[in-house]
Amino acid sequence: MNLVFIRQAGTLLFICMILILLHGSRGEIPSKPIAATILPSVKPDGGVQAYPEDQKNNLPMFTMNYPRIQIPFEITLWVLLASFAKIGFHVYHKITIWVPESCLLISIGLIVGAIMHSVHEEPPAVLTSNVFFLYMLPLIVLESGYFMPTRPFFENVGTVLWFAVVGTLWNSIGIGISLFAICQIPAFGVQDINLQENLLFSAIISAVDPVAVLNVFEDVSVNEQLYIVVFGECLFNDAVTVVLYNMFSFVAEMPVVEPVDVFIGVARFFIVGLGGMAFGILFGFVAAFTTRFTSKVREIEPLFVFMYSYLAYLVAELFAISSIMAIITCALTMKYYVEENVSQRSCTTIRHVIKMLASISETLIFFFLGVVTITTDHEWNWGYILFTLLFAFVWRGLGILVLTQIINPFRTIPFNMKDQFGLAYGGLRGAVSFALAFTLPDTIGRKQLFVTATIAVILFTVFLQGISIRPLIEFINVRRTNRNLETINVEIHGRLMEHTIAGIEDLCGQWSRFYWKDKFMKFNNRILRKILIRDSRAESSIVALYKKLELQNAMEILDTASGDISAAPSIVSLYEEKKSSSKPQKKFLAADLKNMHDILSKNMYKIRERTVAYRGKHALPNDNHTREILIRRHVSIRRSLRPGSFQSSSYVPRTHKYFSLPAGKSLESTFPAARRSYADDHETLSEVAYPSQRSRFGKPARSSSSKAMIPLRRLGTLEEVPSTDVLNEDSSSTEQGVFRTNSSYSDSHVPRPRRLNSSFDNNNGSADDLRNVHEEPSSPPPGWAAEPRDNTARNPLLRRPQWTPKRK
Amino acid sequence: MGASQTRLEHNYDDLTEKSGFSHEQIKNLYQRFQQLSGNNEKISRDDLERIPALNNNPIRKQIITAFFDKRNQHQNDVGSLDEIGFEQFLMVMSHFRPVNSKATEEEKATVRKQKLRFLFNMHDTDNDGIITLDEYRTVVEELLSQSGAIETEVARAIADAAMLEVASTNVPHMAPDDFYEGITFEHFEQILKGIEMESRMHIRFLDKNAATMRCGKLSS
Repeated sequence: MNLVFIRQAGTLLFICMILILLHGSRGEIPSKPIAATILPSVKPDGGVQAYPEDQKNNLPMFTMNYPRIQIPFEITLWVLLASFAKIGFHVYHKITIWVPESCLLISIGLIVGAIMHSVHEEPPAVLTSNVFFLYMLPLIVLESGYFMPTRPFFENVGTVLWFAVVGTLWNSIGIGISLFAICQIPAFGVQDINLQENLLFSAIISAVDPVAVLNVFEDVSVNEQLYIVVFGECLFNDAVTVVLYNMFSFVAEMPVVEPVDVFIGVARFFIVGLGGMAFGILFGFVAAFTTRFTSKVREIEPLFVFMYSYLAYLVAELFAISSIMAIITCALTMKYYVEENVSQRSCTTIRHVIKMLASISETLIFFFLGVVTITTDHEWNWGYILFTLLFAFVWRGLGILVLTQIINPFRTIPFNMKDQFGLAYGGLRGAVSFALAFTLPDTIGRKQLFVTATIAVILFTVFLQGISIRPLIEFINVRRTNRNLETINVEIHGRLMEHTIAGIEDLCGQWSRFYWKDKFMKFNNRILRKILIRDSRAESSIVALYKKLELQNAMEILDTASGDISAAPSIVSLYEEKKSSSKPQKKFLAADLKNMHDILSKNMYKIRERTVAYRGKHALPNDNHTREILIRRHVSIRRSLRPGSFQSSSYVPRTHKYFSLPAGKSLESTFPAARRSYADDHETLSEVAYPSQRSRFGKPARSSSSKAMIPLRRLGTLEEVPSTDVLNEDSSSTEQGVFRTNSSYSDSHVPRPRRLNSSFDNNNGSADDLRNVHEEPSSPPPGWAAEPRDNTARNPLLRRPQWTPKRK
Repeated sequence: MGASQTRLEHNYDDLTEKSGFSHEQIKNLYQRFQQLSGNNEKISRDDLERIPALNNNPIRKQIITAFFDKRNQHQNDVGSLDEIGFEQFLMVMSHFRPVNSKATEEEKATVRKQKLRFLFNMHDTDNDGIITLDEYRTVVEELLSQSGAIETEVARAIADAAMLEVASTNVPHMAPDDFYEGITFEHFEQILKGIEMESRMHIRFLDKNAATMRCGKLSS
């Protein structure tokens, strides 16, 4: 119902857009120059020629100067149209699970193309070689480089490069030569295509672009090795393909090819690749070094990332070395350092903008592919195209099979047949192939045939393989892994295992990747970080994860809290009542409120999660949402954590060892105040006390219990209780006001799926007893009797003991 | 050396059966063993502590201790040794043998369990079958000690949090006065359920001479 309406509205909008576009392009100037001036900065040119000459006599009341704005206007509309299409798919999100987004984009492009064709419109010729190579390709590649999962990549770097470089060469040469053989058969009528042109063409179609496959892989969470190999392959084989493309398109124009040229070509291949890498690393370090000094100019921080990577790309292009390699290595190099230097905000911005640009760029290419498929004149040659399809498929399969046999002995975990199938079948062709074919120089005699064949290959692979890969992968049951296992224990033990292995390897006198990793980490910590990072304390990944979890926990609490504020003012009143008579309300709390909160919090998170889940390659990684929330909640956390506003765990003796942090000192010194919360959901913000209050730490209450034998349950319940009065004395009335809104709902946290919490209901009684024991030596009760709400509400675990006395 | 060499030849089949290493691998490891021990029959703690490459390993102590731990000898023995011979050395090493790709699920499970047990033993220094909080803290502190900037307080906090995590996943319903004494092996298995041990806890033992393998290593 609603959905239908939205879609209708969407369609309407869509049609409007198309009409506008069509109308707009009617007045279009013949298009080649346009493409060159695609950057908005060249607008003034249009302005000069645009002034109408005949109406000089009086000031016009109303004028339209369309030519002046035509180019940026049309570009904007195209981008918008493509983006609308993207929104459209996600209205009904089941589509994108079964049909890859690229298919849908192409389909829409086909529809638009059909409409344009029916009204005899030419598509805007924006996609020229320069536009593609200077503006669109770097965006796509930057994104892949920046979001490359670093650890798995370096663990599999050999395999990735092996498949990307040798695999692409294998495909290009294999397909090229076999197509050349086909060309010799007179029946197909394509004898005029020589070997060089065949090679050029095969280089174009061997660029795999498995965005759709990666989405599928991510969804079914296939094993990390497979995923990273496909990811890395698509990244680096772009580089290889472009190098080959340039080489072959140069060679294709040469009348005679001598053996020397082949050797020079091979040598050049390496120079181009390694040179690009060197430039990338250089610019990456410079970028990292620059961000070291940007703490005063936060607003332009993200700019450095873009400008330096683009600079790397352009400079590499200037020297005609692999610009893709340059931008990838630049992104890889600087990412780690830059993200530590810049602020959270800038970090989010960087990620978002990179994603956005890449997404636009790719969307446009796919969209354009659809349009072009309909609107250009095709040269359809059954034999050539069918054999292209066949060879592309066969050589890919063969290549994987052979190359895996060679690489397997060197791999720690060899690829089995299923993995190989995934690799081979995941070889979709995509945006890059199309753009390369479309920007072929006109000197190639059979350009039209090549474009047609490329489109055929892309459509075939994207639609057929793209749609069928998910069921197939699920059917053959490829080895899977759960990659998102984020618990502290796992991180600790992962680290422990790495060190153990490294140690044992040292004992055996063998080296492997752990050895190199160790060496690099040492070098990194000793030298690189000191130079490149402002605050260069090395941080173990365990600590990083700990902080992250802790942060997430804080987010959750605050998010649910704020979620409730909007939900029901009645709950506030509920709280007020509870003070006076607690029992009935508590029932209500336990059942209904729990439900309400579950629903609310789930919904709030689902929205985010869902978008992340299937936006695939262009989705930001998960941890981003916490960062984003962090920014928003920052203020409120800080407010609620203001020193002295409440102080909870003061009663826990310092020497006493609880599972929780007894008194937050340790965290305090390391973590900024805003992040203060406890990693495990059991303890909430208030668990952590402030050193300023440490003087209040009283008598060790339970020194009898052994260190290891710890009453787990106690931590949340009793120790905090005495602190309430502290709060009430210390905090000003305004703070309490803030508090109330913010915190009185945090009990929503109780229903969250932590089992320890749920067990809570059972132990009120015993908790009470204990509490009484502790209460006496502590400060006098009036504090919490007067205004218990403020502090108790902060911590769900805190709250209960307070009511219980009233119940009696 | 000559004498022990011949004796070793004799034992090859025996050792292969016990540890699962191939003859070549055993030969390689034996060379290393002799290098470490200074051509002695036995290796002592000091020998291992002298290895320069280990100096930077934060858990050096645990690793070395593991070699002298009787629990890692695939026998149901407890306690620790002062010196170990080649056979014991080999038995410890055999924990890190890669899983045979043709192994059945059951075999894989046992191998996994063995590897987990090895890790568990590294934590459980007093061999009471439980990783207590103190033991856990020690390990975490040592793990984090390398980066220098982290105070022991943080390490403790992390160990505490980790412990709490274990407790919460394994003992969902805890009475208020229950003590979580520590991580038992079952709980340990439980928390590391998701980790792929096969890909992480193994070493490619050299079949051939170390020099020839090294180039291959780099590319894999």
